[in-house]
Amino acid sequence: MADISDKRGIERRGRVLTGSAVALVVVLVCTLIFMVCSRGLATFLTDGVPLSSFLGGTSWNPHQNDASGVPLVGALPMIAGSFAVTLLSCALALPFALGASLFVVDVAPSFGRRVFRPMIELLVGIPSVVFGLVGLSVVVPWTRSWAGGTGYGILSSSIVLAFMILPTVTSLATDAIAAVPDSYRDGSYGLGCTRWQTIVHVEVPSAMPGILTAVIMGMTRAFGEALAVQMIIGNAAQLPQGLLTPAATLTSVLTMGMGNEAMSTVYNDVLWSLALVLLAMSLVFILLVHLVGRMGAVRNG
Amino acid sequence: MNDDATLLTQEVTVTYSGHEALHPTSLDFAPGTVSALIGPSGCGKSTFLRSINLMNREIPGCVIGGRVIWHGENVNVADADVYRLRTQIGMVFQQPNPFRKSIYENIAFALRRHGITNRSELDEQVERSLRAAAIWDEVKDKLKESAYALSGGQQQRLCIARTLALGPEVVLMDEPCSALDPIATFAIEDTIHDMASKGICVVIVTHNMEQAARVSDNTAYFLLGEMVEYGPTGQIFSAPKDQRLDDYLTGRFG
Amino acid sequence: MGSEKTTATATFHATRSTAAARTHDRVATGVLAAIVGLILLALVAIIGYIVISGLGKLFDWSFLTAKPEQFKEGGGIGPEIFNSFYLLVLTLLISLPISLGAAIFLTQYAPEGPVTNVAKTAIETLSSLPSIVVGLFGMLVFVLSCGWGFSILSGALALTMFNIPILVRVIQQALEAVPRDQRDAALALGLTRWEACVHVLVPAAMPAIVTGVILSAGRVFGEAAALIYTAGQSAPTLDWSAPITSLANPLNVMRPAETLAVHIWKINSEGVVPDLAAVSAGTAAVLMVSILAFNIIARVVGRSLQRRMTAE
Repeated sequence: MADISDKRGIERRGRVLTGSAVALVVVLVCTLIFMVCSRGLATFLTDGVPLSSFLGGTSWNPHQNDASGVPLVGALPMIAGSFAVTLLSCALALPFALGASLFVVDVAPSFGRRVFRPMIELLVGIPSVVFGLVGLSVVVPWTRSWAGGTGYGILSSSIVLAFMILPTVTSLATDAIAAVPDSYRDGSYGLGCTRWQTIVHVEVPSAMPGILTAVIMGMTRAFGEALAVQMIIGNAAQLPQGLLTPAATLTSVLTMGMGNEAMSTVYNDVLWSLALVLLAMSLVFILLVHLVGRMGAVRNG
Repeated sequence: MNDDATLLTQEVTVTYSGHEALHPTSLDFAPGTVSALIGPSGCGKSTFLRSINLMNREIPGCVIGGRVIWHGENVNVADADVYRLRTQIGMVFQQPNPFRKSIYENIAFALRRHGITNRSELDEQVERSLRAAAIWDEVKDKLKESAYALSGGQQQRLCIARTLALGPEVVLMDEPCSALDPIATFAIEDTIHDMASKGICVVIVTHNMEQAARVSDNTAYFLLGEMVEYGPTGQIFSAPKDQRLDDYLTGRFG
Repeated sequence: MGSEKTTATATFHATRSTAAARTHDRVATGVLAAIVGLILLALVAIIGYIVISGLGKLFDWSFLTAKPEQFKEGGGIGPEIFNSFYLLVLTLLISLPISLGAAIFLTQYAPEGPVTNVAKTAIETLSSLPSIVVGLFGMLVFVLSCGWGFSILSGALALTMFNIPILVRVIQQALEAVPRDQRDAALALGLTRWEACVHVLVPAAMPAIVTGVILSAGRVFGEAAALIYTAGQSAPTLDWSAPITSLANPLNVMRPAETLAVHIWKINSEGVVPDLAAVSAGTAAVLMVSILAFNIIARVVGRSLQRRMTAE
């Protein structure tokens, strides 16, 4: 029979091997966070740009300096743009996602499993550049046709983003609604309620934490989307003046600016500050998901 | 009893995340005997069984207290050789769980992992253990086929063969017949008698009192995590000393 | 459980006019069905639009093999197709072992405790990061600090970071779906957790793992934001006879390599290609067809592996 030291050696080697894989991933993530932070904070710490004029300033023209010699790096237009497309795309996607989830769970489960779910998975597979392309060739002209103007802007971007986040929100909302215990539904039906009444008064309230999570995950995806948005938003770094004028998001400005600037200029540093804002928002979204999860766990006992 | 080959448990406890599921239990098991552990669901008999081969350690947050004396030494220590221990103390589970491999591979797999690679030796061991589990004649022509093609009773006997292949001195059985029909059950009870007659100590958890009466020499009654009474099977069933055991036997509860 | 009581009371009041309630129910069901119908219709329309508008170029062999043109018509995507597949293979080769190791560690060695929590948070963070941030990090570290410049290596490493959270989740789920007593049986025979995992659990989880890996390949194949500033936007002409160190050799991992997805973005942002619309549509169609193929292959292979394993 094999020697004990063989077995212990096998176990130890296995643990070390797999443990180093995990360690590698953790190190990578920490390095990433560290580098984005250190480069992003350089804007404020070494270049002397005040945080307030970055977060609150509305002029984005990094090659120019303002009266006090500080570069014009107001990021408010992009921050506003990012939030605008995120919120609008979620608002557009949510009714459809929720409606589809309710249909798939309550009305036609086998259709949902065999047809709808696989097809929605296909939507996930469409690359963001392709969404951007379809947006350019279909959505932008359509917007232009009834609203005038260029057709670029927050509305067109939000429509395309809504399609992009639809699968995420739908599948999470479906899981949330499917997780509502049948006993809740049976209780409602037992009182003579119709299916719709059960949905509105019992299912949706009960699945609310899960639905909120679905929305937050959709927002995460929308906030971080770069290429599709950059192709359709019009790339004008000004405060959004409406849904139909060209605007910019954090991701779109980042995409366009990153390749051009040499290292260690203020422009380059400030682009990293934009990346830092993106990173910070990702972490905020993760935190929100955990909070919602904990609230849901407390509520459901 | 100071016999080296006896399996002794002394004040064994099992704690899950601070909650004691098994209270201090001390039982002795002699080679060649069959001991049954009976009691209602959740009484701790399976938990106790899984302490003997330290399987409970694989559950996160589970701590085994007390001493398990095997070959004169306490094996419930941090640096115990669980790997060798488990080749000497084997286990058969409630649901037949053959590997998703061929019948031959199910048995050869563990042998190979323990250093036996010679083909003819493997063939010999496979045949020997399949015969010991009384299933050789049924499968000798389809050793290369998937174990999942077998019936439930055959799969369980394959699992017994898999355990016997390592030459254990003790075989722990956790309700091995509860998923099987009566005919398969009797086949396995025959195998248990056979193992005992070859000197193997068998400890079997069962919720079936008739089975306990049929196969075992000694019986222990567990209730709510406590070992209530232990003694020769005949005496346990005809003249129980503890009132709780008497209630169980007469069906007053459980 | 208190909420159950109050909602029940609320619904009791609502049931007083049952005829109205039944009409509401029917209308609502109709609306829900319409929503699902609209979504499916839109989906078919989008995919149909992509494939059909690129149909001309899709079957044009010279388009599929020629190199791209900057200011002339008739450019192709030959190098881009190769680059996309080469990057995919490299990414899988690097990310698969790392993800497998991480998934095994998380399921076998540290199911609970502080170590696992740190690891899980790290992976969750990585999966929530916008891919443009991953690309920027890749640019900073691989392209600039390591001095590799825009290269396949930089791109593959950036894609690896993007792919690891996906694969770890897939493999973890696949391993956890294997019944517990398979692992118990192996451990009870005196085997180590490592042996139980490698020789029993992983083979049993193989159909799900393979399906998941092929599906993730589809995601990687279409990714562009992480590649624009790591693998770059230029596609040197490929020459199989060139020495391995030259930029023209297709297998040289230190050369820049524009992929199909990046190509679409680049030509639309530069706008100097005369037949921009046709080239974009053709490239998008090729991308889409490849990804659909990955999806189909994933399910077919997964199902046949599953059948072979259980019907043996």
